Amino acid sequence: MKARVTVMLKAGVLDVQGEAVRHALGSLGFAGVSGVRQGKVIELELTETDAGNARASVTAMCDKLLANVVIESYQIEVG
Amino acid sequence: MKAAVITFPGSNCDRDLAVAFEHAGFDVARVWHKDTDLPAGVDVVGVPGGFSFGDYLRCGAIAAQSPIAAALRAHAAKGGYVLGICNGFQVITEMGLLPGALMRNAGLKFICKSVDLVVASANSPFTKSFAVGQTISLPIAHHDGNYTIDADCLARLQGEDRIALRYGNNPNGSMGDIAGVLSENRRVLGMMPHPERAVDARVGGTDGAGVFASLLGEMALV
Repeated sequence: MKARVTVMLKAGVLDVQGEAVRHALGSLGFAGVSGVRQGKVIELELTETDAGNARASVTAMCDKLLANVVIESYQIEVG
Repeated sequence: MKAAVITFPGSNCDRDLAVAFEHAGFDVARVWHKDTDLPAGVDVVGVPGGFSFGDYLRCGAIAAQSPIAAALRAHAAKGGYVLGICNGFQVITEMGLLPGALMRNAGLKFICKSVDLVVASANSPFTKSFAVGQTISLPIAHHDGNYTIDADCLARLQGEDRIALRYGNNPNGSMGDIAGVLSENRRVLGMMPHPERAVDARVGGTDGAGVFASLLGEMALV
């Protein structure tokens, strides 16, 4: 079973890298980009076959290591 | 007085930190991240700068889950002293020993230079040999030193006089110009500047020596 974790900075936390990307897009002539948020995607290969167990296990992984919940939020897709 | 300095794969200030502790008069033990216990009788644990685990995932995140982390957490919980510098600051915030997080510098550049710092609190074991408002100069060398915390926690830090050091001229976007913060019991200090690189007049000045002298003086009283 695969799981896909998307980690993003929480709303309200200034994303300085996203801002730099936004400026770079503007200077390349891509008009109309009013905001960029940059995050990361982590793909996991799991031996678990039950989706519920997998989600619970990945949630624990996110809270302990994959995300810093002080500044980041995460979303989990299992399947 | 006994200090322990932890080395992670990728630490690069561990020896300098050990030398700074020795220079101040501490007996120093070196500890490997895979160790599960701190040496008996350790008063202060130094968590050094560097690039532990290559800064993979997030700076300090993987080191914060090392085997030694449980012993470090227990040391702090029983009132032991902890000094986390640069990557060490990132490690102990990731461990939750201090609030907030260190994010990418606002200017996105790695900054390596000496900066002026203003002592914001002298009410700590690490800063008691300084005067509030005193300006000291210490080197910084980091890419992720942008201290970030929510507004309520920032107000709490300020209200409890837990901001030890502020930048004179904010180099990295840190909220409240924060360069160093204290734990609730004031025995854990995390700071981005490197006091261990400023303990010898021949290289980098001696303003950092006050941190180690403060600590030794504090322990002599305990």
